[in-house]
Amino acid sequence: MSDHDNGHGHGHGHSGEMSELSPTVLRVRALESLLLEKGLVDAAALDELIETYEQRIGPRNGARVVARAWVDANFHDWLLRDGAAAIHSMGYPGRQGEDMMVVENTPDTHNMVVCTLCSCYPWPVLGLPPAWYKSESYRARSVRDPRGVLKDFGVNLPENMAIRVWDSTSEMRYLVLPMRPGGTDGWDENRLAELVTRDSMIGTGLALAPGAQGGGQ
Amino acid sequence: MNGAHDLGGMHGFGAVDPDPDGPLFHADWERRVLAINLALGAIGAWNLDQKRYAVENVPAGQYFAASYYQRWLYALDTLLVEKGLLTAAELASGKAAPGSEKHRPALLAADVKPALSRGASARMDDDIPVRFKVGDTVRARNIHPRGHTRLPRYARGKTGRIMRHHGVFLFPDIHAMESRREAQNCYAVSFAARELWGDDAGPGDAVIIDLWDPYLEPVA
Repeated sequence: MSDHDNGHGHGHGHSGEMSELSPTVLRVRALESLLLEKGLVDAAALDELIETYEQRIGPRNGARVVARAWVDANFHDWLLRDGAAAIHSMGYPGRQGEDMMVVENTPDTHNMVVCTLCSCYPWPVLGLPPAWYKSESYRARSVRDPRGVLKDFGVNLPENMAIRVWDSTSEMRYLVLPMRPGGTDGWDENRLAELVTRDSMIGTGLALAPGAQGGGQ
Repeated sequence: MNGAHDLGGMHGFGAVDPDPDGPLFHADWERRVLAINLALGAIGAWNLDQKRYAVENVPAGQYFAASYYQRWLYALDTLLVEKGLLTAAELASGKAAPGSEKHRPALLAADVKPALSRGASARMDDDIPVRFKVGDTVRARNIHPRGHTRLPRYARGKTGRIMRHHGVFLFPDIHAMESRREAQNCYAVSFAARELWGDDAGPGDAVIIDLWDPYLEPVA
């Protein structure tokens, strides 16, 4: 079991030998058993929570929202006007997505989302945030040097494209509507959704070009 | 508070590692901490802003040395004792004190789906006067409260423009410190990147920050 120091800018190094359980592992186990003993938490509820966020809720939800906005002009307008209502109508309501704003990328403007103060993120459409989103590096730099951060992701935007960085300081959650890639005329929603990566909905990536699917995020 | 959590603009953390195929959890204990945090939150002994404030109060050196879910763990330890759900002795020993109260869990497995689907919006329906309109120039106040605030340091004293009125929302500063649900208007305020960071920033770039009315003052 690894106890590595994710979110601390150390990348993927493992923090020590895994033959012994780390103090953190022991501490979490002790806390959980104490809470169970006191009746403060329910074991089956903990498992259900983990399964929900690890297996059921993830960025494929957001990809379907984006794909629909690309093919359905009325939905697109609704999504930009009242993001929460449009997203909830697709069956993705709930915690950390109660109030939503969708911001649209255009040839002139690129949007990026961060939470400099903690890790606010639209869970119902994107699931739990990836490690880098919670990292000190992303939280510190994205507001001051968004172009540098984008370079870390291999994204180079034209100098004259304006960047808007949305710092999620309130309970409003942000989703980026990426630009629809060229060469996708006539594609249906399901096929288009394959081009929508998690990072393209945070603004650290772009939607994939046709034929580039399967290349990860 | 001017804590370690208020990271916007800081140097020294290196490049971002995009880790495209990285797992959501890097160890099983991280899963457990996430779930414990959500299950304990359902008890209602503390609110989300108090949880955030507990994370912010992790001492700065410890905050930077900790991983993300370790910070949550430290914050939960603090809250559990502070709110009287556990004693410090129980936390240290990992054993319930003899004769101590046995609770009933606030969240059972069958409650998880409805509770998560319902969520809990921070929007409030109080009808309060709106001080600013879209396009107004405003200044973020230069305040440094010891308590919880969602006005990041990098924006304080800076001038921006009201971009959108989000509506009336629960004011986190009061919610964290007094548990009271005070209603305040919340706005998306756009700051030119050069106003925040000087001439090195892109001329057309902007940072948009959601700010509540008490954080703002009019600019004539």
